[in-house]
Order: sequence, then structure tokens, then C-alpha cells
Amino acid sequence: MRGNFATITKMFSASVVAAGLMMSAPAKAADDTIKVGILHSLSGTMAISETTLKDAMLMLIDEQNAKGGLLGKKLEAVVVDPASNWPLFAEKARELISKDKVAAVFGCWTSVSRKSVLPVFSELDNILFYPVQYEGEESERNVFYTGAAPNQQAIPAVDYLMSEDGGSVKRWVLEGTDYVYPRTTNKILEAYLKSKGVAAEDIMVNYTPFGFADWQTEVSAIKKFGSAGKKTAVVSTVNGDANVPFYKELGNQGIKAEDIPVMAFSVGEEELAGLDTAPLVGHLAAWNYFESVDTPENKKFIADWHKFIKNDKRTTNDPMEAHYIGFNMWVKAVEKAGTTDPDKVIDAMIGVSVPNLTGGYATMMPNHHITKPVLIGEIQADGQFETVSRTPGLVMGDEWSDYLPDSKDLISDWRKPLSCGNFNVATGKCGGKGTN
Amino acid sequence: MTLIRAGLMLLFLLATLSSSGAAESDLHAIIAKFATAKGFSEIGTVVHELTATGDAAVERPLSALADGNLYIRKADSLVFIGKEASDSVQLSDPLGGEASGEATKEDVTKIKVNNTLRRVIRDALGTLTLGAKDPTVRIAAADTMFKTPDAANIEPLETAIASETVASVKAQLEQARAASVLVSDRPEADKLAAVALIGARGDRDAVSLLTSVEASASGAVKDAATAAIASIDSTLALWDAGQNIWYGISLGSVLLLAAIGLAITFGVMGVINMAHGEMVMLGAYTTFVVQQVIRTSFPALFDWSLVMALPLAFLVAAFVGLVIERGVIRFLYGRPLETLLATWGVSLILQQAVRSIFGPTNQEVGNPSWMSGSFDVGQLAITWNRLWILVFALTVFGMLLYVMKRTPWGLQMRAVTANRRMAASMGIRTPWVDALTFALGSGIAGIAGVALSQIDNVSPNLGRGYIIDSFMVVVFGGVGNLWGTLVGAFSLGIVNKVLEPYAGAVLGKIVVLVLIILFIQKRPRGLFALKGRAVEA
Repeated sequence: MRGNFATITKMFSASVVAAGLMMSAPAKAADDTIKVGILHSLSGTMAISETTLKDAMLMLIDEQNAKGGLLGKKLEAVVVDPASNWPLFAEKARELISKDKVAAVFGCWTSVSRKSVLPVFSELDNILFYPVQYEGEESERNVFYTGAAPNQQAIPAVDYLMSEDGGSVKRWVLEGTDYVYPRTTNKILEAYLKSKGVAAEDIMVNYTPFGFADWQTEVSAIKKFGSAGKKTAVVSTVNGDANVPFYKELGNQGIKAEDIPVMAFSVGEEELAGLDTAPLVGHLAAWNYFESVDTPENKKFIADWHKFIKNDKRTTNDPMEAHYIGFNMWVKAVEKAGTTDPDKVIDAMIGVSVPNLTGGYATMMPNHHITKPVLIGEIQADGQFETVSRTPGLVMGDEWSDYLPDSKDLISDWRKPLSCGNFNVATGKCGGKGTN
Repeated sequence: MTLIRAGLMLLFLLATLSSSGAAESDLHAIIAKFATAKGFSEIGTVVHELTATGDAAVERPLSALADGNLYIRKADSLVFIGKEASDSVQLSDPLGGEASGEATKEDVTKIKVNNTLRRVIRDALGTLTLGAKDPTVRIAAADTMFKTPDAANIEPLETAIASETVASVKAQLEQARAASVLVSDRPEADKLAAVALIGARGDRDAVSLLTSVEASASGAVKDAATAAIASIDSTLALWDAGQNIWYGISLGSVLLLAAIGLAITFGVMGVINMAHGEMVMLGAYTTFVVQQVIRTSFPALFDWSLVMALPLAFLVAAFVGLVIERGVIRFLYGRPLETLLATWGVSLILQQAVRSIFGPTNQEVGNPSWMSGSFDVGQLAITWNRLWILVFALTVFGMLLYVMKRTPWGLQMRAVTANRRMAASMGIRTPWVDALTFALGSGIAGIAGVALSQIDNVSPNLGRGYIIDSFMVVVFGGVGNLWGTLVGAFSLGIVNKVLEPYAGAVLGKIVVLVLIILFIQKRPRGLFALKGRAVEA
């Protein structure tokens, strides 16, 4: 609650600080613990997605402690609530690093919250693990991106739709929520589709506001666009809450997946939990993890999760797997470095390899992105995804898109001596600028 | 003589029996291949093999496959149709449908299908079900064949047309035949007739088909197709305009539902109630709880869940409203700024309470069958849930109007609003009228939540999305006037939806907001200003 009130008026900020002090006071006494910060919104609009990640982190930390902790010390979670308020993310990050002296922070969901904490992490030199698929065009020394870059989700998804298995799609609707992730992703996709010979009139781009609820006009426009005698598909970067009314309208207007499939990048098991999925069977999603993937690691993870959350109806999802990978990587890097000092851990992180939940390995690359398999799943009547396609090998995260004119010459390599997140190979200088 | 005839009959019967038996075992042999097929393309080959037999009996296993209900029993690699129960699967024979026991989920594997396979199966079933008894199945078959024209379809379609007795089905079959003629190598005259027939159909599917014909044909057929597309497009443009108006009315009904409770608490009582949206949310969560109880205890009553949720949602929201009024708002009458802050705080408390009880994730509220799907009026697709919400919004509005204008309670409410001190002098217990009015407004927000649970997320944030729109409607329509709220809701809805196709959803919303600001500058009291003594407040 306290985070919530702080968003309304600064009047309450005094009490927030007081409460914060009280919370951290006993923690300071115990010097034999390693603190891990968790920076996820527990109230406000993003609470719906981020609360789950907070719980997943608590579970991972519990499990690590049961295994005997790290470097002989116990891990201790410090949870703060930035309340879906972007400037508050920066404040809370500062509080975690300066006051609570955490060794690393796991957090953020929206790109705008990540952008708001970046200066804090580079100023105070700490580590952020960012677990959500994002638009790329960024590589920071203090951030490890365990979610997918566009080439690990969007491009393989479009490739699948263009293939014979995916229905040889010739006409494209790019439907998104109006903010940075969909806009950048759609820019990359448009350039990619055009490079594959798709004509401009066969691409329709449309944006709707956050939390949009009345999809009648948009869905009938999709129907109309799809009746031009060519196989049509929708690529959806519609975010969070707006998806439920979108899919309900698709179902009600009778758009079947066999005719116009919808490929979503932000719809996972959690979003489907609020929906009657029977009319949606066959619509698609591209992720690097599905709850339905049948591996021993995943079975164990799901069982642990149900036990921890005490509810065996709760689903697991892709960002949870990203935290699982990120946390295990951090543990391994700390063991390798023999210290939790962020500077040493950042150097030790590159090359660390841990098992993922889909039966492969995730490796931290020099650009602070990881290797992932790309899975395409079809929605089933029970609210799960059935994998219909999977990349043969692992895909390396590419932070600077090759399909955008501004960023195609940029690379990132945080190993010495280059140590640069935006090296321009054309000019040979560090400090290039991407699309945003 | 009779003996011989009887003997012949018997022989004939035996022959037919054994031949159908042979066919069935052939089919079983093909179906068994599903167990060894690897990947979607091999499953596709088996599907083609099945449909090539031309036997109508393959419909059962194929539709089961398309629905994802075809299973392989691991122990003996036999293929069955399965029906999932809670943790077991009821198996039955894929052809005959006889029950063949049950198995646990671990004992069987589901045969996977993807969209391409579903499409292949649907097309195949189209040809196979042309002779079905049920006319709706025949129409569905004709529709599928219309969308996937194939020269090989002409013959079976012609046979079906010749034996068809229902006129509407016959028309559909003829259109499907025309579509197939267009992709065949029939003479030009046939094709021109086909274009004319399809042009008369006049819907989006016809445009879709004719566009591909236009791209591939030449000469007179191409010109005819171009002309037909142009004429369909011009009629469709009219229907599109009608469709935008309908969407506007439907959005208006949602706005009306969300705002109508606020028209009482804010419009009539003058309380700036920021927790109004949370009353809507409580109504939606009541629906969820009611459906949960019905699902676990009385699944047969599911279609009635919304009807049952209505009075409960009203009571829950009205009770919470009563508590808020008695506990907070009554101390703050006449101090709008404090009321705003206090009710904002209440809204956060309610949100967080719901989040703690039900969790932060969306809850699934199902649509009863009478609220799913759509029907066509001309080229206009009207979805049932939107239509019912419109009917419901107007009913609620009518009832509220009746309460306000025709009952003693409504009279007291209006008296207190018009002149509180005079009303008190006449013996009206104004504090109780205040409390009950606020409870009524909240209760109506609660039943709005029942309706909105059908089209929106049921999450703790549900109310947040409606609070701004609700205030906009009430202020635009004129504070204190129910008719103003009605007109305000529908005009905002229609303007929004007419703008949306041209300006896009984001810009459309901005334009509407700017228009309202300009309007309020010109007429600060909204569309229908309340005249008389109430105005000075």
C-alpha cells in the first residue's frame, strides 16, 4: 500500500521513508547475508504481470538458501514496490542500491521503467537483470537482458507465418499498443517484410491506446483487410490488459485461426488464464518458453512453483523462465568471481552457461544478451500452448537490429578491451545511436 | 418363387454387409497410420488418404482430429476418439463411436494439429458433408467450398444441386459451383455467368474471390470481375457507414452503463466519487464468484449465471456504497476537494483488497451461450453480447428514470437535491436520503460491472479504465440530468467510432477529448443544463 499512496501525493513520502528505514533496520544488523533486490510493481496497472515475477524470485532465493546459500552466506530478498510509476522505479532502485546495499537487482517489466532506472544503475554501478522480451536497440554495461531481443521472437515468428507450415502468409496486419516496444518492433518487422518482397500495400499498421477495450472497429478492419484474396495474418504486439477484449471480439466476430491467425508477442499463459480459450484455438504466440514444454527441468519448476505459491492452478510463463535463467547465471558468476562485487561479477557473467527449462542451455553473450530457442505455440482449449514449431538451434540475442538503417552498423561487446555497447563498425568509433 | 426371392435377398444382404465391413476395416487400417505418422506433413498425408476414400464415415475421426480429440493409446498404438474428463480420457471407436473404456492422461498421446491441417480437414469435410441430412451442415459445406474453389468440386456440386430441395441451401450451392467454375477451364460464357452470380452475393467473401479472379483472368471475365468488385464495394461502403454507427451505439451503451451510476452520485448528489469505477469492479467480481459457485456445484445453470449475479452485484456494490457514504463521504459534503482525495484513497483500498483476496491476475468470466457469436443483418455482423448490453443499458436507464420520476423515494431524492433545507423542513430525513441515493448509484455501478465483465478484463484495474470516461459523459451530458447522460453517452460513442477508422484509435480519442473541452468552454453546464434552484450549488 505505501507505494500506492506515494504515487498520489508526495505528502506521504515522509512516511514511506520511515517505513523503508524500519524495514531495513534489522537487515543491517545481519552482515552475513547477501542481499538481492526485487524491483517489481506490486500495485497499479503492471501489478497483474509483475507480482508473479516477485513471487518467482522469492521462490528461487528460497531454493538457493535451501541448497546452502551463496559463498557460505544466506541470500536475503529485499522487495520494494515501485507501484507501476516510472519515476518511482528510479527512486526505488536508488534506495535498493544505496541504502540496502543489494548485490544485484532483478526487476522491471515495461521498457519505460527500464529506461528510467538505467542512469541509476550506471551511476551507482550495480547490476540489473531484465527478464522481459523487449524492442532491442540498447546494450548497457550494468544490465543483463534475459528476455528476448526482436530477432529471438518477432523475426522467427514472421518467418514461421511465411513458411508453408504457417500458411504462407502474404498480407500482414501489425497491430500494437501505442508505446515504444510495439512501435520499434513494428518498424523492424516492416523493414524485414519489405526486404522479403512484401509490397507496402500488403502491410497494415495500427495502434491503440493502453488498456483499450472496444475493438469492434479494429477487428472489422482486420476482417476487411483480410478479404483481398491473399492469405492474411495479424502480428500482435498488443500489451497486457487490452488483449482480453481483443480476443473476445475476434471470437465473437468469428475470425478463425484457420482463416486469419493472430501471432502474439505479449500473450502468455497468464493472459490466457483470464479468458475462455475455446474460440481462440489455433491462434499463435511466439516465446522462448511455454508451460507445456515437456522436460524434466520444467516439470520440477512447475511443481516447485505450485508448492511455493500454494495454488496448483497458477501458470508459469516466459519471463519467469528468464528470471530462473538470470538468477542461476548470477549465482554461477558470483561463485566464479568469488565475490558479489558488481564490477567483478559483470566481467565474470560473460560466457556463463546454465540450463534453461526447455531442455537446452542459455549462455551469456558479450553483448549482455543470452542464447534462447524460439518456440511457436498454438493456443489450446485448456489455455496452454502447443508447440508447433521450434528453431533447430539456439538463437543469439541481437541487440542492434540489422533491419533498421540507424542501427545496422552497431555492435556491442562488453569484453575488454572493446568494452562498448554501441560500437559502430562503419566508423570504428564507440558511441553510435540506435532508433530510440 | 418366394423362396428364391428370399434367398437372393439374403445373398444380397450378405454381400452388402461384407463389403461395408471390408470398407470399414480398410478405413481402420488407414486411421491406424496416424499412430506412426511423424510431423504435420505425414499426418496431412493420412488425412488425404482418408478423404480420398470418399466414405462419409471418415467425418467422425476427421472432425475429432480437427478439434484435437484424436488420441493414440501408448500400450497398443491404437487410435481412439477421446473425451477429456477431469483426469481421465473416455475412449471411443473412431468410426463407429462405440465406447472403448477409459484411460489416464499418461496412457494416451493426443495427435497434434496445426492451422494448416485444420484447414485441410475443413476443406475435405466440405466435400464429404454435401449430402448431410442437416441443412445447416450442407450450408457450412457449401460455404467452405465457396471459399476454397477447386475445379474438381464442380461435379459433386452439380449432383448436390440437382437433388437439393431447400431453396436457401441451393442458392449457396450454386454460388459454390460458380466459384469453382471460375478456377476451372470452362468456356468464357460459363465464367461470365459465374461472375454475375457471385457479384449478386455482394459480401466480403465475394470481393475476396473476385479479386483473385481479376488478378488471374483476362479479357471479358477480367472486366466483368472488375465491374462486379466496384459495384460490391460501393454498396459495402454504405454498410460500413452503418456499421460505424452501430459500433458507436454499442460503445455508447457501454459508456451509459458505466456512467449511469455516476449520474446519480455525481450528477444528482454532487459527490465527486473517484471510487465509482471500483463499484463496477466489485460487480464484475461478484459475477466471477457466482460463476465459480455455479461451475463447481450446478454446471447446468451456467447460462443463468448473469441473471443470478445481477441482484447480488447490486446488493454487494450498494452495501459497499452505503458504508462509504456513512463512513467517509457524509463528513465531507460541500468540500469537493477533500471528497475527491478521500474517495480516491477508498478506490485504492478497494483495489488492493480485491488484489489481496483474488490475486493480481485476470479472472475468467465465461460468456453464456446466448451471449456468444454474432448474426448478420445484411452485410452487418452484430455480436450478441453487444446487442444484449445495449438492451440491458436501456432497461437499466428506463428503470432508473421510473424510480426517480414516479416513486416517493425518487421524489424525496429530487427534493433534497433541489433544496436541501426546504426538504428537511418538510420532514424528509435528508441524511438517509443521501445514504440511500449513494447506495443506489453504487448498486447500479455494480450491475454495470456484471455486463462489463462480458467484454472486458475482470482484474483489480477494471474500474480505472471507466472512471474518466464516466465523468466525461456526465459532465458533457449536463450534471444532474439523466437524459443528458443518455444523449451524452451515445453521442460520444458515435463520434468516437465514426472518427476511429479515419483517425485511428489514439488520435480519435484525443480529438473527442479536445471537442469536449471546447464544448464545455462554450456551455459549461453541458448539453442539458438543469434549470432552477439546483444550479447555484
